[in-house]
Amino acid sequence: MAEKNILDNKIPEGPLDQKWTNYKGHCKLVNPSNKRKLEVIVVGTGLAGASAAATLGELGYKVKAFCYQDSPRRAHSIAAQGGINAAKNYQNDGDSVFRLFYDTIKGGDYRAREANVHRLSEVSGNIIDQCVAQGVPFAREYGGLLSNRSFGGVQVQRTFYAAGQTGQQLLLGAYSALERQVALGTVTIYNRHEMEEVVVIDGKARGIIARNLVTGEIERHFGHAVLLCTGGYGNVFFLSTNAMGSNVTAAWKAHRKGAYFANPCFTQIHPTCIPVSGENQSKLTLMSESLRNDGRIWVPKQKNDTRKGNDIPEDERDYYLERRYPAFGNLVPRDVASRAAKERCDAGYGVGTSKQSVYLDFAEAIVRYGKIECGKHGITDPSAAVIQQHGLDVVKEKYGNLFDMYAKITGEDPYLTPMRIFPAVHYTMGGLWVDYELKTTIDGLYALGECNFSDHGANRLGASALMQGLSDGYFVIPYTLGNYLADEIYNQPIPTTHPEFDKAEKEVKDRISKLLNVKGTETVDSLHRRLGKIMWDKCGMARTAEGLTEAINEIAQLRKEFWEKVKIPGSDKELNPELEKAGRVIDFIELGELMCKDALDRAESCGGHFREESQTPDGEALRHDDQFMYVSAWEFTGENPNGLLGEELHKDQLVYEVIKPTTRNYK
Amino acid sequence: MEHYNMNLTLKVWRQANSEAQGNFEIFSVANISSEMSFLEMFDVLNEQLVEEGKEPIAFDHDCREGICGMCSMYINGKPHGPWQQNTTCQLHMRAFKDGDTIVVEPWRAKAFPVIKDLIVDRGAFDRIIEAGGYVSINTGNPQDANNIPIEKKKADEAFAAAACIGCGACVAACKNSSALLFVGAKVSQLALLPQGEPERKSRVFDMLTQMDKEGFGACTSTGACEATCPKGISIANIARLNHEYIRAAVLDDTVH
Ligand SMILES: Cc1cc2nc3c(=O)[nH]c(=O)nc-3n(C[C@H](O)[C@H](O)[C@H](O)COP(=O)(O)OP(=O)(O)OC[C@H]3O[C@@H](n4cnc5c(N)ncnc54)[C@H](O)[C@@H]3O)c2cc1C
Ligand code: SF4
Ligand code: FES
Repeated sequence: MAEKNILDNKIPEGPLDQKWTNYKGHCKLVNPSNKRKLEVIVVGTGLAGASAAATLGELGYKVKAFCYQDSPRRAHSIAAQGGINAAKNYQNDGDSVFRLFYDTIKGGDYRAREANVHRLSEVSGNIIDQCVAQGVPFAREYGGLLSNRSFGGVQVQRTFYAAGQTGQQLLLGAYSALERQVALGTVTIYNRHEMEEVVVIDGKARGIIARNLVTGEIERHFGHAVLLCTGGYGNVFFLSTNAMGSNVTAAWKAHRKGAYFANPCFTQIHPTCIPVSGENQSKLTLMSESLRNDGRIWVPKQKNDTRKGNDIPEDERDYYLERRYPAFGNLVPRDVASRAAKERCDAGYGVGTSKQSVYLDFAEAIVRYGKIECGKHGITDPSAAVIQQHGLDVVKEKYGNLFDMYAKITGEDPYLTPMRIFPAVHYTMGGLWVDYELKTTIDGLYALGECNFSDHGANRLGASALMQGLSDGYFVIPYTLGNYLADEIYNQPIPTTHPEFDKAEKEVKDRISKLLNVKGTETVDSLHRRLGKIMWDKCGMARTAEGLTEAINEIAQLRKEFWEKVKIPGSDKELNPELEKAGRVIDFIELGELMCKDALDRAESCGGHFREESQTPDGEALRHDDQFMYVSAWEFTGENPNGLLGEELHKDQLVYEVIKPTTRNYK
Repeated sequence: MEHYNMNLTLKVWRQANSEAQGNFEIFSVANISSEMSFLEMFDVLNEQLVEEGKEPIAFDHDCREGICGMCSMYINGKPHGPWQQNTTCQLHMRAFKDGDTIVVEPWRAKAFPVIKDLIVDRGAFDRIIEAGGYVSINTGNPQDANNIPIEKKKADEAFAAAACIGCGACVAACKNSSALLFVGAKVSQLALLPQGEPERKSRVFDMLTQMDKEGFGACTSTGACEATCPKGISIANIARLNHEYIRAAVLDDTVH
């Protein structure tokens, strides 16, 4: 142990549960009259970016917020379905800040930072208060109080939700706070703008270069600090549950300029997605994990069973999660549930035409709820049909929009037949390395929300990403950024005529003309699909040293081909979606290589990272805490003559002061 | 579900930018699976166009899950196409038959200028929200969330109004290009909740004033908006907005 921490993660001294309070009590403040003189750039307007931009605007800073969509309200956060955690203990079922903290650390397979996660748990309650005060319509009980449900990996009900549209309601809350600041003149929004480069002057982030996606104009923007809130990079796999525009460009450009990239190989595979149906599929759709509260997961006991789900009798069904993990059953964490589904399908028990799916069945829940409702309505001796009808109404109220979505996509009625689901790439726990203040290794450059790596370890429990985005934006960055900006009041704004702005702008223009000048034969999408296939096959749900080594070389080759073959029509002086995609795909290709390197280095299994060489006799993930209790932080060192990217590994040692890492057991 | 393949003819509106003149262009697409989404069919067509060295069709989209509100196009004369309560990204090709001709156009409304092909500028919606579609509260120390109990029925109604995705289909469907369903949804959500109470009067005035400024037309209660809305936002929200307006006008002696 005790390898010296070469990265200063600035975790405050003192007992864990007082670190954040102490930090807030002692960090530097900026006088209100000086805030007006300080300019902050926020890239991204999802939950993390919108909440940060709105809050910093409220405090009086001059904020510029950027997003590539036509409105901040469309950020990927809008798609989050299931819910957001908070340690409110409203249900009196034994929840507490410590328990939320503990579940999150354990869920992350002991690869998250204690101090960050504790802070997240501490502010979780304030997030709910804040959102309710904004008018976010969370689900309520008949008594008028807030309602809760459970999510995977926990045994208490701490998840707040708004039907299957929680992300939408939270984002609209943050968006309206943001638009209020726009009206007040503290925030300016640049929509349909893509950040293409960070400008670093004397070691500090001082601005960005952005492309106006409508006119193609390249713009320079100064800021005393730059916040990247640009989301995750799951689309490196081509097929994922992410929005189509989600990408790694901003984080990757920052990485190339000196920001370390942490734990890139930690990808979350979500167990309950609608399975792939055809060649031309462009994305995968999630069925919220909240469905596992009531839905039971099973496959036939018999291999290659071709009967319809409803025709298979009860005693010929294998409820494999309940069988293997009796304590948590269908509510085991995502990595465990995903691997178990893959194991059953690989063993030949999968269902559907492709045999690559398992059933998620609501029949029993419908009857159970139906009986309760009949009881409530004083219906004695109800017939099966009456029970069924009442049960359907309850399920419809709880999950209706998800069921509708399933029906639209598959053409099947999930109220009558069990849904078919399969795991899919969903969330990336890796991201830019940040210290306790959310600052990257570039001074003045911060990363918030899914864009950073800090709070989830090797796996993310459900309902914790929304929590982190809002925690970072509403409650953390206002303090930590102030601590930095307090010293910046002595610095005048730097004019965008500074040579470093010239240089960064030239890099962007050169890259765009290089892209347009390849004039090859292959479409951007087809190159992206090729990358996705390598990533899914060799750096997906299971990884081996051999496969990863192959993948690294195949990706390097693909990168070479990209620059010879990519075909982009149109010009850079207009709205050009193919050009936008091409810029993102080349960054994905470079990132893919790093993800495989990171996965190769980590010769252990943990959370979403499953190295086949490292498993217990019964097929569970086997960690090696003696060797890998660190965050991998990669430094970009330039391109190598052998065609690979230069990346140097730094280790941010994880120290568990309060929790003793043990084998994760959900049995 | 049975799958089938089809060959289709597409008539698509092409327009280089807001100043250029637009016109319809005709394309044929082959072997489209009934399982594909409408936008995946466009992806296939676009890849084909790129391969042929032609400019692909520009259209707005992002989540492809029916929730971000970004995808926007008229399909055979209906915003978001033939299915009820649906977005374009969630429209699947089994809605069509082999040999069909499909006409695709951008939203048409003065307040939504065309940017390119099927992409329009819906910035007016953001500016209407800026005018008052929020609760004025800073981040910090609100009271405990359960100190504001809300009757479940009201909370559910507020949620149903809040489900609007800001897509603009209601405007596109309306012969007057009225934005009243969109505005009504936000005004209703906040009027139903105690949190919205302090700004209840100013909000409805300010949002309506901005709506007029943006060039949206007047509502003549034809109900096309409700019939088209992908999220089933009820026209009752327009009634509630009118009620809020009158209530504010009667109660407020500083009517502007
Ligand atoms: C289908 C689905 C369901 C989910 N359900 C849940 C759930 O129930 N509970 C939960 O906790 N989590 C859930 N998640 C995860 C969660 O939604 C995300 O992790 C979270 O919303 C990310 O928020 P963010 O603010 O970090 O980034 P995002 O919301 O992804 O925002 C990124 C922003 O950055 C902008 N951007 C990116 N690059 C650039 C650039 N170069 N220039 C300019 N702008 C840029 C984009 O325009 C956007 O505004 C779900 C995710 C998915 C996909
Ligand atoms: S009211 Fe309906 S149609 Fe209009 S913007 Fe909202 S969701 Fe779209
Ligand atoms: S692409 Fe998001 S609603 Fe259609």
